[in-house]
Amino acid sequence: MSLLTIETLSGGYGATDILHGVHLRLGAKEVVVIIGPNGAGKSTLMKAVFGLIDIRAGTIHLGKQDITGMATSRVVSRGISYVPQNQNVFATLTVEENLEMGAYLEKDPIGERLARIYELFPDLAEKRRAEAGTLSGGQRQMVAMGKALMSNPQVLLLDEPTAGLSPKYQDQTFAIVRRIHDNGTPILMVEQNAKQALAIADRAYVLVDGKNFADGSAREIRENRDIAKSFLAGAA
Amino acid sequence: MIEFFNFYLIPGIVVGCIYALAALGISLTFGILRFANFAHGDTMTLGAYFIWTFVALVGMPPVVAWIPAAVLTIIIILACDRLFFKPLRQAPTVVLLIASFGFMLMLRSAIQLIWGVANRTLIPGIQQPWVFFDAIRIVPRHFWIVGAAIVLMVGLHLILTRTKIGKAMRATSDNPILARLSGIATERVVAATWIISTTLAVVAGLFLAIDTDVNTLMGYRMLLPIFAAAILGGIGKPYGAMAGGLVIGLAEELSVYHWLGDDPLISPAYKGGVAFAVMVVMLIWRPAGLGKGRVF
Repeated sequence: MSLLTIETLSGGYGATDILHGVHLRLGAKEVVVIIGPNGAGKSTLMKAVFGLIDIRAGTIHLGKQDITGMATSRVVSRGISYVPQNQNVFATLTVEENLEMGAYLEKDPIGERLARIYELFPDLAEKRRAEAGTLSGGQRQMVAMGKALMSNPQVLLLDEPTAGLSPKYQDQTFAIVRRIHDNGTPILMVEQNAKQALAIADRAYVLVDGKNFADGSAREIRENRDIAKSFLAGAA
Repeated sequence: MIEFFNFYLIPGIVVGCIYALAALGISLTFGILRFANFAHGDTMTLGAYFIWTFVALVGMPPVVAWIPAAVLTIIIILACDRLFFKPLRQAPTVVLLIASFGFMLMLRSAIQLIWGVANRTLIPGIQQPWVFFDAIRIVPRHFWIVGAAIVLMVGLHLILTRTKIGKAMRATSDNPILARLSGIATERVVAATWIISTTLAVVAGLFLAIDTDVNTLMGYRMLLPIFAAAILGGIGKPYGAMAGGLVIGLAEELSVYHWLGDDPLISPAYKGGVAFAVMVVMLIWRPAGLGKGRVF
């Protein structure tokens, strides 16, 4: 049974449609990666889930619940967490305050959750009182992911988590994604480093010009020569 | 030297504290609602008239009267936010700015209609100053204004750094979309912002009324120096606004001291121009302010 189901979704910003009838599903316990050229609508698709774009047609379901066009804070309260690609931390808040904001909807004390995040990202424990804006790109990405995990999400959406990171941090990020997934959280991610992403993914979708171009198991996509040639630069 | 202390430095600090409290409200609303609220000065005036009403009609002392006055002012501001600003929440900043200008005119006209345009006095008579070392004279009300302003600023600091809603306010000011993505309900943050900034405006109105008198233009006349203070400190930065208020207050008072010879450095008639000069220089030289705030 799929957890997140997107069907024939069309929409964009104002009058301009970016997505044209996109479909996608994310099963419980799956890691699904979306790849495709720039401007294919990968990030837009993620924003659509959070009611951040204008949806013209189609539906988005979380489990059996229709969340199409629902207000952002209500989608969040249904258990979906999103790490945007850019500006994904509160730069003027401390690391710990960022994490606290991740659990904003939680009424109970969050000490245990904080401890768990610091265990997952030991670097952040030392920097808990530093402003997030002063951290390096890799550490900032950790804050962003840690913040998203603070709500104990049912589904985690990651928009290019390794963009702009050094190879060392890229490997670390993929390792963390793997660990989060091992804990049972399904993950939907957009990723430029398609080869590495496909190595940890169960399934993949290729999006081109706001339409589904191909989908299949990570292995199928990796071994498809046409896709490899067109979209997986350096993946061969 | 003693003259400088008693008649320039202390009044400068007092005025600076009033500016700081008012500028804090401007800075908070700018950071979270993303527009320069021209109606803030007249919110002060409204608060001061409510205080005067409770003092004159019910016989409350001003230090108590500001509490029901603040509650009434907050109710009115929240209602007006729903009427005027909420429908424009997603509109361009300039539309909100003009809306706040219109709201300012409506507010002032309503005050003039209800209370009339005559000056009112909150505390009649002249207060005897405390004298220290036979030289330093401090009027008790000045002492209390500065003390209360410090308490309020510390209180605001604690709200912003220790409470969940305060942190949510800073988060929303920092990155509104990420705040929504974290599940922060924007409207609650907006309400909290109005409540805090209006409370600060009413207290600033109280202090100004105690220091001078109550009149329908009192808040409007404050607009220039408090915007100058907020810009100096980096608009959207509460701590910058506190420092900016003090600097503008001191700059205004100290600019009329006879630094050279016997004449004031600049004529007291031009005192108000000092704030304007500081604002213009800052906008040209460093529009983000000393505290690296947002650029208009």
